[in-house]
Amino acid sequence: MPERSIRNIVSQKEICPGHYQMVIDAPEIAAEAEMGQFLHLKWAAETNSDPLLRRPISFNEIDREHGQLIIVYRVIGRGTKLLSTLEAGDKIDLMGPLGTGFSIPEEKNNFLVVGGGMGIAPLLDLVENLLVADKEVTVLLGAEKKEQLLNLEQYQELNVNLKTATMDGSSGYQGFVTDLLADLTAIEYVYTCGPEVMMATVQEWAQENEIAGQASLEERMGCGTGACLSCVCKIKVETESGWEYQKTCTTGPIFALNEVIFDE
Amino acid sequence: MSNVNLKVDLNGLQLANPVTTASGTFGFGEEYKDYVDLNKLGAVMVKGTTLNPKQGNATPRIAETSSGMLNAIGLQNPGVDYFLKNILPETKQYDFKTIVNISGNTVEDYAKLASKLDESGVAALEINISCPNVKKGGLAFGTQPAMAAGVVEAVRQETDLPLITKLSPNVADITAIAEAVEDAGTDVISLINTLLGMKIDIQQQEPVLANKMGGLSGPAIKPVAVRMVYQVAQAVDVPLIGMGGISNAEDAVEFLLAGADAISIGTANFVNPEVSMEILAGIEDYLVENGYDSVEEIVGKAIK
Repeated sequence: MPERSIRNIVSQKEICPGHYQMVIDAPEIAAEAEMGQFLHLKWAAETNSDPLLRRPISFNEIDREHGQLIIVYRVIGRGTKLLSTLEAGDKIDLMGPLGTGFSIPEEKNNFLVVGGGMGIAPLLDLVENLLVADKEVTVLLGAEKKEQLLNLEQYQELNVNLKTATMDGSSGYQGFVTDLLADLTAIEYVYTCGPEVMMATVQEWAQENEIAGQASLEERMGCGTGACLSCVCKIKVETESGWEYQKTCTTGPIFALNEVIFDE
Repeated sequence: MSNVNLKVDLNGLQLANPVTTASGTFGFGEEYKDYVDLNKLGAVMVKGTTLNPKQGNATPRIAETSSGMLNAIGLQNPGVDYFLKNILPETKQYDFKTIVNISGNTVEDYAKLASKLDESGVAALEINISCPNVKKGGLAFGTQPAMAAGVVEAVRQETDLPLITKLSPNVADITAIAEAVEDAGTDVISLINTLLGMKIDIQQQEPVLANKMGGLSGPAIKPVAVRMVYQVAQAVDVPLIGMGGISNAEDAVEFLLAGADAISIGTANFVNPEVSMEILAGIEDYLVENGYDSVEEIVGKAIK
């Protein structure tokens, strides 16, 4: 059951320019949270109405042992700017765990994980869980430049087939991370999170190769409870129109990759 | 618990307390069951319901503004038949009064909706003649007194359920619309719906919302809403449900003092999902601290 509570920030640091890692003390939520779920955050100031709304941020890691939640986010606007000013000992108002998590199909063995930009952040926990489940894992990470390849050092320590792509060539292949898909063989299942154009390319590749998978989506969000219908995305369904708007916050953020319509 | 009487009588529509949740901000109630003791709410105005299912507008549907937000959802909803079959049985498990917000493209749509909901067991209908986010109907009915009255009369002929008419602030004189819907037979007036607004992305150099325009809500609109409640309270005799930017108990008391008999919480539910219970407790505290025995004693007390 999700809850709303005021929690303590254990630490916050800038891990690369404009990108922050926040560690929050929340044992009950950590015990219940699943990889791929998210928190809906607000800096804890009761009377603060500007900026007004919460910010949805996925778990980067769930540390059940220490009862801590780790999130990684990029400063984009006023809300994330304010979040980035919080320090160890400050309070944060959170709702969570929210949304659906990633699931791992038991019968598959050879997995691919494709992350781009901020979309890399929600994938670390997934990759660690795939390894715990004794799966073969290929990880493709893409960003503008090397320093934006989030969690790169952690990935390098994991027993995965890791390839990187950067637009400026500072790490791995120079160009789009999806260019690396062509060389892959034997993949049975794929997960992706990142810019829509990247996920659309992964989807196309997966369809050509008849590979199923899951995508983690992002939309501008209001309530986080499924009430306001702000954060909807287009999902294929068997109706006359062939699709319907579904809620990223409660039906998602994880959707079957082949059911997502990337057109906006 | 104090001995304060929190009960509210809205022209025959009895609520256990004056705290309700605004249509479009609270789903069908169940969405908030992890955060709120739903049985303690006076009423839930459920998501705007239409005759047929509606997909709603393209995204982005939401944009944050200074102490507020714009939305242009476009009345996405599963349609009245689905509501009656699949959702109403769920909401009936709770003690709150289920009030169905109805929207149509034509007067006939509103009448058909009223007819379908008439004996369904819902507590009341809220006639939405003020949605700014749909192409046909909606706001058009809410800006002309004669058209607003026409919708209310058509609904009145189809049902004996208590009727609440929700007014738009996007008008020159809200009291003229209020008087017209009162004459047409509404039992209660709720106000205000959102203010039509726009936000432009200066990097993309285009409106943020896919629908371009949207309804402004949140603390930014509260003074406008308080003023309109204050004006309408003096223009009509029917009870009022006041809303528009209520974020805490102090805000809610302001609306009661301005002449609202009950209040509705909207955007604040997104900011703090538990806020409705905090506001209910805070209203009671205010009454106790100031020596009142009931909510109704402070309704309209600021009108001089």
